[in-house]
Amino acid sequence: MPGQDIALMAHLLRRAGFGASRSEIEAKASEGYGATVEDMLNPSAQPMIDEDLMLRYHPTYNHAGAIEINTQNWVYRMINSPRQLQEKMSLFWHMIFCAGHSKIDSGEEMGRMISMFRDNGMGNFRDLLYKLSTNPGMMYYLDNSESHKTNLNENYGRELLELFSLGVGKDEAFNYSEDDVKACAHAFTGWNVAPAYPPFPYGRSPWQFRFDPTDHDDEEKTFLGETGRWNGDDIIDIVCKQPGTARFISRHLYNYFVADEVPVPSWRQTAPKDGDLISELEKVYFDSGYDITEMLRTLFNSDGFKNAQFAKVKNPAEMVVGTMRLVGEHRDEIKPGLFEISQEPKYMGMDLMNPPTVEGWHTGHEWIDSGTLVERINFAADYLGKTDLSGVQTMINNLMGQGSSLTPEQFVDGCIDQVGCLNITADTKQELLTHANRDGNLAHASDAEKGEFARRSGEMFQMLAATSEYQFG
Amino acid sequence: MVSTNKENILAVLSLSGGNDGLNTVIPFNEGLYRDYRPTLSIPENQIIPLNDQIGLHPTMAPLKRFWDEGKLAIFLGIGYPNPSYSHFRSMDIWHTCEPDKIGTEGWLGQVIKEIDPNSENVLTGVNFGRGLPRALAKEGVPVASVGDLETYGLLTGIDGDAQRSQALDVFGRMYGPTIGSGYTMDYIRRTGTDALKGADILATAPDKYSSTVEYSATAIGQYMRNIAQTHLAEFGTRVLFTTSPYNGFDTHANQASDHARLWTDVSRTVENFMEDLREHDASDNVMLFMHSEFGRRIADNGSGTDHGAGSVAFMVGEHVKGGIYGDYPSLESGEQEEGGNLKSLMDFRSVYSTIVEDWMHLDAKQIVGGSYEKIPFL
Repeated sequence: MPGQDIALMAHLLRRAGFGASRSEIEAKASEGYGATVEDMLNPSAQPMIDEDLMLRYHPTYNHAGAIEINTQNWVYRMINSPRQLQEKMSLFWHMIFCAGHSKIDSGEEMGRMISMFRDNGMGNFRDLLYKLSTNPGMMYYLDNSESHKTNLNENYGRELLELFSLGVGKDEAFNYSEDDVKACAHAFTGWNVAPAYPPFPYGRSPWQFRFDPTDHDDEEKTFLGETGRWNGDDIIDIVCKQPGTARFISRHLYNYFVADEVPVPSWRQTAPKDGDLISELEKVYFDSGYDITEMLRTLFNSDGFKNAQFAKVKNPAEMVVGTMRLVGEHRDEIKPGLFEISQEPKYMGMDLMNPPTVEGWHTGHEWIDSGTLVERINFAADYLGKTDLSGVQTMINNLMGQGSSLTPEQFVDGCIDQVGCLNITADTKQELLTHANRDGNLAHASDAEKGEFARRSGEMFQMLAATSEYQFG
Repeated sequence: MVSTNKENILAVLSLSGGNDGLNTVIPFNEGLYRDYRPTLSIPENQIIPLNDQIGLHPTMAPLKRFWDEGKLAIFLGIGYPNPSYSHFRSMDIWHTCEPDKIGTEGWLGQVIKEIDPNSENVLTGVNFGRGLPRALAKEGVPVASVGDLETYGLLTGIDGDAQRSQALDVFGRMYGPTIGSGYTMDYIRRTGTDALKGADILATAPDKYSSTVEYSATAIGQYMRNIAQTHLAEFGTRVLFTTSPYNGFDTHANQASDHARLWTDVSRTVENFMEDLREHDASDNVMLFMHSEFGRRIADNGSGTDHGAGSVAFMVGEHVKGGIYGDYPSLESGEQEEGGNLKSLMDFRSVYSTIVEDWMHLDAKQIVGGSYEKIPFL
């Protein structure tokens, strides 16, 4: 079995990134946990994804209008970006600040929104909320473009409080009243989208945020106990200093990076799983002046995080991208087939850039139903069985490196280790061992033995990919 | 009324992209039709007349056969109030019956739940295509999504029948015990066991099937053939759903040839499907519904048509009372839906209510979200 440092590094790379090949895990483990956390927290110290190469082979990525091209671009980045945490945080915010193509109906705007998360998702939370509130796609998605001084639409005002910052409540108390929702919505009147050109026949033009002072309600408002002629940015300031916001963001970070929590609507009445870690994150939120990277630093270095291996059901993007990164497919090479890969999360219930509602996807075990489980198993098993892929070859070579002959037990343990499925239960392992025992020991001296070794390895990797344990990350 | 002792089955073919209703069921005597469609109007001598006002697109002769038999119902001006012009949103509205707020549960998911509340049959509802359409989504309702019935199953990437069968044995045993490894692990294993059960049963369908009918080699042909195979295998499946290739009917450009190709395929496939069921004496309890998320703009744009509102839908079945239901929405400029579109005069939930109550024999109110006047096509 692997050393503790390998297992812990694999955990960090699965959570703070989209996983890694076995050789990458080993290389990072030798650099050390603390150093790797710092590398990941500092994306600008990592090389950027090779945009020139990407655009040379995928010229359609440039200002792409079609949603499929934008999701494909994003999945390519998830697989290939050296700045893994940045992509992971883009997905994090996309899963909270939900806006979807179903209404926005512009792939380019969805792509721009994700870029905004990429550029700001690890910075200051106040800045991020401001960028969100001036994102034309979001303003349109939540009807703020329909909210006027004389004819209020509360949608953005409400969701900003309920889903994007404070949450309904904490420790059983409510965080805001219906009057606060109205005051918030009034403060955001005039924050809208400049009129667009019709999309046909000349194609779309990028949307522009526009503040229209003539449509802004400049009257005095009382919001969360503070009275003034609040505008939207004042509201953001007031929201950011609330303990409810610190709690809400901390719980979201925990739910995404550490362990599956109860669904968000229950958070008012259900205490956090790890109250101490949440308190610590809340403290960092205020001490750092709302700095998300500081919160992540505390999170990744906490024992609560380190001890939470396999405490989460992988979301579909993690399943697809993580499997690609493990087997070495579509990595640092540009070739056909990426479109199909980028559609796989959708088949597993996560249509990227098109969440079902503003409340986002239901996570945890709710990712799994009889249809999505078949998709998850077949996808992962297909790729882990392709013994010609570089990542899979490395895994087989590592197994061969364990000795000139492996007993079935050594072989099964070795395969579990290579796939990184270290949460395997005793009963599952027994079934795999019974299967391995049928064909006895494995050697790799002759070419014939090598071929058989590779075949049995691929088959065992596939069976591991099919386990219930592989569904966890 | 229904005169069968077998349980009734609903098949749905969802036409993705927004079918141009105006060039599908054509009001050929309406002068404005030719005025608004200088490029795309169908010459009158090619239209297949149904009466002295309305006719079908020239490629729809195979469907006309069911009209002549009195088994094709055509719904005119179908849609819902305050139309959405987004493909996704509008299809979601059709799938969830929630035009005002975003719904996550599908009407057919609820139908399946009512039919089989304890999920005793994992194949009560089956979708053909990858990924579950919202129409079939409901928590706790297992629905298989079958990309291709011939190759559907678990661990399909394992080469060799013996190897795969051994691996599936291991899989069955690995997922078998739900021995309290925690709620989520137990849940996943139960779900895996259901999926394997469903896949094992579905895998027998192609072998049980033989037919003289040859379907077209298109995706629609394959899916409708898979629906027939699943129905004929008698797994107790009551709801069968499929979607034509994604956004295929979105004919902003090159509509003349694309729309003709699409309806050639759909019409022929529907005829094949009904012939296939009849050949096996299995058509009596099946009804096929075809709809799209919206229609298209009244005026053409020189090459195609843009997103519209009211459209047409079709029901085919042995017990369907053939005929035209509803009125053709007016093409007069003062009578149009805002933006130059056809109004929706018939709410799609009226048709759903009739399906749910008079075909599936369930209470429709909860499922379609309210009371809608039923359409007497059964």
